Amino acid sequence: MLKPDIIIAAVANGLLTGAVYALIALGLTLVYGVLHIINFAHGAILTAAMFAVFVCHQVFRIDPYLAVFVLTPLFFGLGYVLQRYVIDPASHGNDSNILLVTLGLSIVIENALLATFRSDTRSIDVPYGFSVLEVGPLLLSVPKVIAFVTSFAVAVLLGLLLVKTDTGKAIRAVAKEKAGSALVGISVEHIYAVTFGIGAACLAIAACLLMPTYLVNPRSGDAFVLVAFTIVVLGGMGSIGGALAGGLIIGIVESLSGLFLGESLGQIGIFLIFILVLLVKPTGFSGARV
Amino acid sequence: MAAPILDVLSVTKTFGGLTAVRAASFDVAEGSITGLIGPNGAGKTTMFAVIAGFETPTEGSVRYRGVDVTGLDVHRRAALGIARTFQIVQPFAGLTVRENIAVGAYLRHRERRRAHEMAAKVAEGVGLSSMLGQSASELTAAGRKRLELARALATEPQLLLLDEVLAGLNPSEIRDMIPVIRVIQQSGVTILMVEHVMQAVMSLCQHIHVLAEGQIIARGTPSAVSRDPRVIEAYLGHGAAKRPHGGESAHA
Amino acid sequence: MKGASWLSIGVVAAMLVALPLLLTSNVALNFITFAGIITLAAQGWNILAGYGGQFSFGHAAFFGTGAYAMALLQVRLGLNPWLALPIAIAIGGVVGFLIGALSFRARLRGSYFALVTLAFAEVLRILTNALSFTGGAAGVLIPLRVGSDNMQFRDARVLCWLVLAFVVGALCLTYAIARSRFGAYLVAVRENEDAARALGVDTFLVKLKAITVSAMLTAAAGCLYAQKSLYLDAGIGFGPWISIDALLAPIVGGIGTVFGPLVGAAALLGLGEVTKTLIASLTGGAAPGVDLIVFGALLILSVAFAPQGLMGLVRVLRPASKGGA
Repeated sequence: MLKPDIIIAAVANGLLTGAVYALIALGLTLVYGVLHIINFAHGAILTAAMFAVFVCHQVFRIDPYLAVFVLTPLFFGLGYVLQRYVIDPASHGNDSNILLVTLGLSIVIENALLATFRSDTRSIDVPYGFSVLEVGPLLLSVPKVIAFVTSFAVAVLLGLLLVKTDTGKAIRAVAKEKAGSALVGISVEHIYAVTFGIGAACLAIAACLLMPTYLVNPRSGDAFVLVAFTIVVLGGMGSIGGALAGGLIIGIVESLSGLFLGESLGQIGIFLIFILVLLVKPTGFSGARV
Repeated sequence: MAAPILDVLSVTKTFGGLTAVRAASFDVAEGSITGLIGPNGAGKTTMFAVIAGFETPTEGSVRYRGVDVTGLDVHRRAALGIARTFQIVQPFAGLTVRENIAVGAYLRHRERRRAHEMAAKVAEGVGLSSMLGQSASELTAAGRKRLELARALATEPQLLLLDEVLAGLNPSEIRDMIPVIRVIQQSGVTILMVEHVMQAVMSLCQHIHVLAEGQIIARGTPSAVSRDPRVIEAYLGHGAAKRPHGGESAHA
Repeated sequence: MKGASWLSIGVVAAMLVALPLLLTSNVALNFITFAGIITLAAQGWNILAGYGGQFSFGHAAFFGTGAYAMALLQVRLGLNPWLALPIAIAIGGVVGFLIGALSFRARLRGSYFALVTLAFAEVLRILTNALSFTGGAAGVLIPLRVGSDNMQFRDARVLCWLVLAFVVGALCLTYAIARSRFGAYLVAVRENEDAARALGVDTFLVKLKAITVSAMLTAAAGCLYAQKSLYLDAGIGFGPWISIDALLAPIVGGIGTVFGPLVGAAALLGLGEVTKTLIASLTGGAAPGVDLIVFGALLILSVAFAPQGLMGLVRVLRPASKGGA
């Protein structure tokens, strides 16, 4: 029926895309692992970042791979401010409230983008957008390979940050034991905000990696965020390794679903896995704390 | 003696690599106030959770009035007549005291008016009549303990499991609570209490079981248990029973 | 629930009935009908989330089921809409029951429950968009044939009254539940599930009943919407817009109260219209999504400053109100 070449190509493509999905999921899982909240605004922030890349390219003529150096700190700051001065004060620390506040944020951000950019789909043209790399029998898209490599690099960097730096250790302390960390003088609000900022920064990097080959419209974030949620639940909330593994698996599943079920039904594979994982083992395969 | 209302038969409970309770057996006589005591980490909470139905034992069984209830859901045990209070009180914070107690009363009375009447009656029994209209979140710590008690009583239980109901109360509050517990027993309810406040255990309980490191190490009347060298060692450490004053009854 | 009574429901019912008599322009009637539909959907959400404490982010699943069932029963099976209506509502209830059975059996709570409801809604949206039975991306069109036997009325006020009748019915149902044993058990589950179990409450069954009733109310809203607009597609039926409206209205109006969804829907939609008109006059053209920005901001502000919603503010202004009973 389907030649093995096509399937291998689909798997390879799935891996490449999956790495970026993993990067998107990284921010989400980190925020959950430390703040123990599910950030429903994650998708909206990603959409905003993708539009930011678009604006950088169309208006300021900055290439996405250069824009990343500007947007990453910018979005880190944005994330920091959002968590410290909007989400935390508005929710009074109550779980149901946090759910609603992040939902509210996602509505505001998405519709602000809608009002500014209208609902048209945008894309950018970069000279290397269609370059391919030959690896054996496979033709791999260069931007996607760059995305793959960069995502892994970021994951490794993040891991190092958490283990080697003081801030990283503070983050891990707060994730494990909030009250104790406060007692030894760690500012929990600051760490929460830093973590959220890191999550947003990951999204900025992901946006820069995606834009050369993807399109964006105000609804894009929704699609990505549900994939990200699936990955996080699959890999285990708060587990970086789980997010990476989950991302790759989901990338492959999406690619193969699209191949076998066609465009319109392809997305369903991911949601069904999502529902199944939630119903059967919500702690994911890393068994992390629910 | 009549058949015990509760039989715990060789219950073992392990969590992963940790054995919290090991082949523990004891029974509770109907109509009595029985105590379950032991040093911290002895496994009392786990034992309690198994009896109440919040945990299933790895081995062993629990029989209530001769019927095996080991795998039975928590809410079914309540319907059978087993009620419990929580060590860390769990009031329905958004509801009034009356509404809180009514939730318990609804188990035996479907209709709203009857349930609320019952709630008022139970509240009177524990001294909460004046606070029926207040929000549960406005109660003091002692008030919340009484609410815990009232809610459980509203289900008209035959066996009441008290989980450190006196924890966190000051001496005068404890003194006020003891007669309340006695009145409950006099109305025909069997009480099994896990408790650290020794003065209450000694004065209320007719029979005590002692749990240490997951096993029952002694049982008997309060005075017998307090003189038992194994019990003294469990609380005060190895060799304590042999030291001077080691034979006197323990004060909490 | 405090503040409601059969009398106040009667008063509100009378006011609602009077509305289509006082505001007869097509624009006004359209607005009232739409607001009524949103209120009905929101009342469904309120039962599960406000009273039961289970926050669903995917009520579109039930709205869309009701809407599509209503449309397809007429278009594919030739059923009369008056017959299709109760059947479609029942189907909505079944979907709610299934989603609830799966989710609550798996002990999903809080964010996880919200996520799974979101996923179910999306799955239904994708399926509806892809399958030819449901009209695919083109959607479903209910043929125009005016006649009261066909639930398509020459006089727009009639459909408006039908919707409002459902709203009043939902108010009565909510009030009855709130004063019943089921209602007491429901809020107990919301406040503290473990304590409720210890008091003999079968929490699984209670949640299951709640989601079924909730789904039926929201499905009814979907049915009426389908009958009002006579056109449906996957985005309209199962899109996030209705999941959001259904939760926003009760939160703004007063979560867990009888009148909260009604007050909230009126306030939100009224504010939405005002915003749209304002922006249009300021910028000389419609700006899509501006009203939703206001909604999102309102959600955040409500949670931050008025967690009891507008009904809570009313209570604060009435210091002499009795508690309980």
